[in-house]
Amino acid sequence: MTIQEKQQQIIDEFEVYEDWLDKYAYIIELGKDLPLIDEKYKTQQYLISGCQSRVWLHAGMKDGKIFFKADSDAVITKGIVNLLIRVFSGHTPDEILEADVEFLNTIGLHDHLSPTRANGLQSMIKQIKLYAQVFKLKSEQKSKS
Amino acid sequence: MALNIQQIRKDFPVLSQKVNGKPLVYLDNAATTQKPVQVMERITRYYSEENSNVHRGVHHLSQVATEKFEEARKYVAGFIHANKPEEIVFTRGTTESVNFVATVFQQFIGEGDEIVITAMEHHSNLVPWQQLCHRKKAKLKVVPVNEKGELELGAFEKLITSKTKMVAVAHVSNVMGTINPVEKITALAHKKGVPVLVDGAQAIAHLPVDVRKMDCDFYAFSAHKAYGPMGIGVLYGKEEWLNKLPPYQFGGEMVDHVSFEKTTFNVLPYKFEAGTPNVCGALAMETALRYIEEKDIENIRQHEDEVLEYATGKLKKLPGMRVIGEAGKKTAVLSFVADGIHPYDLGTLLDQMGIAVRTGHHCAQPLVERFGLSGTVRASFGIYNTFKEADVFIGATKQALDMLR
Repeated sequence: MTIQEKQQQIIDEFEVYEDWLDKYAYIIELGKDLPLIDEKYKTQQYLISGCQSRVWLHAGMKDGKIFFKADSDAVITKGIVNLLIRVFSGHTPDEILEADVEFLNTIGLHDHLSPTRANGLQSMIKQIKLYAQVFKLKSEQKSKS
Repeated sequence: MALNIQQIRKDFPVLSQKVNGKPLVYLDNAATTQKPVQVMERITRYYSEENSNVHRGVHHLSQVATEKFEEARKYVAGFIHANKPEEIVFTRGTTESVNFVATVFQQFIGEGDEIVITAMEHHSNLVPWQQLCHRKKAKLKVVPVNEKGELELGAFEKLITSKTKMVAVAHVSNVMGTINPVEKITALAHKKGVPVLVDGAQAIAHLPVDVRKMDCDFYAFSAHKAYGPMGIGVLYGKEEWLNKLPPYQFGGEMVDHVSFEKTTFNVLPYKFEAGTPNVCGALAMETALRYIEEKDIENIRQHEDEVLEYATGKLKKLPGMRVIGEAGKKTAVLSFVADGIHPYDLGTLLDQMGIAVRTGHHCAQPLVERFGLSGTVRASFGIYNTFKEADVFIGATKQALDMLR
């Protein structure tokens, strides 16, 4: 599935919920589900700054694709992070760099992206793209040498 | 006489809106209060009829603006029981007032000197002193806070030594609502000849403020936390201190005579008000303070205490609740955490239900960390908050906890 298709899938999932209560209940469930990252990655190095809730993000590369793992101490943040990981994990750096994140707006979570929220989701997306940038540079260097 | 809260609510148009489809319950008054129509009308009237620059013009409008501006200063002086209007310096707000004193005070600070603050200070009354200490190689001494969120007065007395040059303390804690015994603190400090700055940001809309009675040397507050506009506030200073201090900023208005070789400075309070002041802000602040006076601060205090007590009692009945700040004397602020729940999650769900609270460290990180936390949820009350709103808030909190647990 492409990044775009995954976003559409999430939008479809959320369409079932008319009430915000059900929507948030679903996000909270997603938050509780999120595979935790290894404790060793829950350090300052992997912490995304600018969050009121703390978010740790780690990325690894396998067969040209990037896989993300993350955790947060707030469950709603974790649920949204879960969605972001689902969208971006398993894609090439180029695919990630080219992707727009629209689904958060469509499913009515755009508030969480506003700078005033200071929950750092915006920084999280930046960090995901930064990882993609770095992995891209690394693989270009490798192919040159 | 009890306040007619429903009548008062009509003065605050912002309160009648819906947020996320629910009636707004505004419980973030410690961050900023809403503004009554009287204040908005005062702002409009100023720009419609009176706008002019102050103190310089010979023309009619300038004289009108100057007169009103100086009347506002006089009113503020009376409101906090200052000896004279000259002791009132208009600033941008509490933060600027504290920075102002911490900056101009550095000439009295030397290496090894000490400044005493408390563990419950807002960053605005902490960082300016800490940075001053860094600049002058002085030491910052911190009075601890006990489990209930009260200052340890015994420690206070010991921390004030012959090296102490300033004591800076909040009148009311923005995180816990603790009312500090500022009169006792000034007495302790003055015994050793040390001046005291009181951060009144969280007190001005909730308690009677009498700077002569508390005998503080400086008192700082912002209008926007007292139903007035943003961007205007006050530094009160005792005349003898203000005369001793050098100017903070330089420019127009604050000078007496300027040549290229030297400048002599204007008299109090003008020597501290460089540039064009926020005239409209000062006038609207007067209107806001008059609003408080008209409703009577004792009535406001009683009403807010009752709502606070009611909400606190109900909140504590919810499972796994911990109230942060249970001082014997407190006002208008209810900070809490719920076992196993991140404040951000709770705040997010409350917002979905139309309730405005604040989550996080509330610009008092050392205090929040002292309680072993990274943040709290804070509900803070104002003149217009009702018992019904407290019920809505408690019900919503319960619902949010059920969802999160």
